[in-house]
Amino acid sequence: MQAGKDTLLWMYEKMVEIRNYEETMADVYLEGKLPPNIQKGLAFDIGSGPVPGEMHLAAGQEPVAVGICAHLKQDDTVVGTHRPHHFAIAKGVPLDKMTAEMFGKATGLGKGKGGHMHLFDPVHKFSCSGIIGASLPPACGAGLAAKKMGKDWVAVAFFGEGAANQGSFHEALNLAALWKLPVIFVCEDNKWAISVPKTNATSIDWVADRASAYGMPGIKVAHNDAVEVYEAVAPAIGRARRGEGPTLIEVKTDRYLGHFQGDPEVYRPKDEVSNLRKNDPIPRLAALLKSRGLMSNGEGEAIVARAKQRVAKAFAFARESAYPVPQDALQDVFA
Amino acid sequence: MSTPRTLTMAQAIAEAIGQEMERDNTVFVMGEDIGKYGGIFGATGGLLDKFGPERIMDTPISETAFIGTATGAAAAGLRPIAELMFVDFFGVCMDQIYNHLAKNTYMAGGHIKLPVVLTTAIGGGYSDAAQHSQCLYATFAHMPGLKVVVPSNAYDAKGLMTQAIRDDNPVMFMYHKGIMGLPWMAYFEGASNEVPEAQYTIPFGQAKVVRAGSDLTIVTLSQMVQKSLLAAEELAKQGISAEVLDLRTLVPLDRNAVLKSVARTGRLLVADEDYLGFGLTGEIAAIVAENLDTVALKAPVRRLAVPNVPIPYSRPLEQFVIPQVKGIVESAQALMKGRVAETVAA
Repeated sequence: MQAGKDTLLWMYEKMVEIRNYEETMADVYLEGKLPPNIQKGLAFDIGSGPVPGEMHLAAGQEPVAVGICAHLKQDDTVVGTHRPHHFAIAKGVPLDKMTAEMFGKATGLGKGKGGHMHLFDPVHKFSCSGIIGASLPPACGAGLAAKKMGKDWVAVAFFGEGAANQGSFHEALNLAALWKLPVIFVCEDNKWAISVPKTNATSIDWVADRASAYGMPGIKVAHNDAVEVYEAVAPAIGRARRGEGPTLIEVKTDRYLGHFQGDPEVYRPKDEVSNLRKNDPIPRLAALLKSRGLMSNGEGEAIVARAKQRVAKAFAFARESAYPVPQDALQDVFA
Repeated sequence: MSTPRTLTMAQAIAEAIGQEMERDNTVFVMGEDIGKYGGIFGATGGLLDKFGPERIMDTPISETAFIGTATGAAAAGLRPIAELMFVDFFGVCMDQIYNHLAKNTYMAGGHIKLPVVLTTAIGGGYSDAAQHSQCLYATFAHMPGLKVVVPSNAYDAKGLMTQAIRDDNPVMFMYHKGIMGLPWMAYFEGASNEVPEAQYTIPFGQAKVVRAGSDLTIVTLSQMVQKSLLAAEELAKQGISAEVLDLRTLVPLDRNAVLKSVARTGRLLVADEDYLGFGLTGEIAAIVAENLDTVALKAPVRRLAVPNVPIPYSRPLEQFVIPQVKGIVESAQALMKGRVAETVAA
């Protein structure tokens, strides 16, 4: 399936928005975490500042999220990972509530009880988990529900290449294939499981090669390119919507930042990221749009300005929102 | 009017599930051997014939996958029942249970509902050794986000199961193998009792005085209720009047029922088949200890549970570590002789 003008422009705008979101978050995250504002002797304090805790950013991995989500409707389910912002933004999760959640505010998606690894938006059918490999089983559940309700909804489970070595991967792929569930399993291979490279953790080059072991198609996307992802995964979405069963997709992508913010990245070669950034998928898509006459310079600038404005508004909303009262911690254990 | 019927606990559970499936087509069951076999412990007996394989779904041996599937399906609006064959198997799927099923509603700020019933078999007494004989209800009650139901008889099991399926939250429904009334395992016949055919519910968090008494309170649950009733019978012959309180659910826990009974009798024995350390017996004792301003004890609290060892295989070893009727009688006798200090030593 060829991506039309609207799809290309949508993917471009979303990628710009995601990148700007992650870069803004990288800056805001550092607020209050560095000397001299922290305990003496520390170089960094993970628990301080307006956005405390771990922070896993997805700059560089935008093509996976937009290339898949461009095919999805609001009723389709997405289950993301501990690095979830690009998926959430591409699925349409409201930026303001999502950001407020990371600021721990009462206006957040989970009223400040989840944080950045645990974003739940039932309206846009988005959720994620901080546990590696945990996205696959609940995506099977969403697929089973769609099937039982007689809907053509699909469910997407995103996971990293490191998660493909969890038992949940095997269990979920077998179950989904056995029950012909409308699930698309999408492996984001960013080559690093925190500090361990894929070559030291996985016995084969392509996780997608495992698809045949479960009796489902495997699709390989060799480049970190939104158009390539969009076009390659179209058959998987169609297959799931038609009730023909799941597909395993693997996309080679690039992680521009550390595993988490504050990661010294002693494990990766010093020039790796600068080399990866030479192949940045966002300017490449901009160039494609311009070369096909689908976006003028002025339109391109307007897209960037709009995306930045949405991000700025979301951060302002989060900053201005009130914290929950401490006693709210005792609410919502049960529905 | 239909004539009174006696059901086994297994039959009562299966009936509750079947009737709720007729009433609500979003209810379905997943698990290992729950179809043609009817559940290894009979909790889904006859349901496949009635509802077919679309709603009574045998799964691969993939507890992580199907319990996670239950969570995902519940988030999408269905009401799955998933069976973890033995509670001891929680080791292979605990992440999906306690990191996801139990926590997602909270982390979503209450914006999602996860109406999942997780049924599971508990308990020993038949030489199945350390990996197939535990109770572990206190482990699940310890972690926030799961309701924990532990019935002692068929009547309660039916009402509690109907309530569990209608609850909008994850419920662990833990049935003891030795009161299910299986044709292949000795069981306490007191657990098979009269069960109305019509649907009914029993609210969670309501303990039940299953035998009234005035000298001591035995707080207990599950199969141990049946043992305690036999012990109370024996104690009555000796002139000791024991009250037996069946907790029925651990989350929510009926603290008031415990305090009310102990305030009346002044003596507390907790009879439990879970591990002694850091568990249910300590919790109940603590509730009483925190309320000594309104509850006067005549004797120190006594706790009866599995000493902190895995459940052994050999019969004399297992019978020794799992509290038996005789042990309850002896503990009650000792409790009657106990005295609390009248003043604190300087």
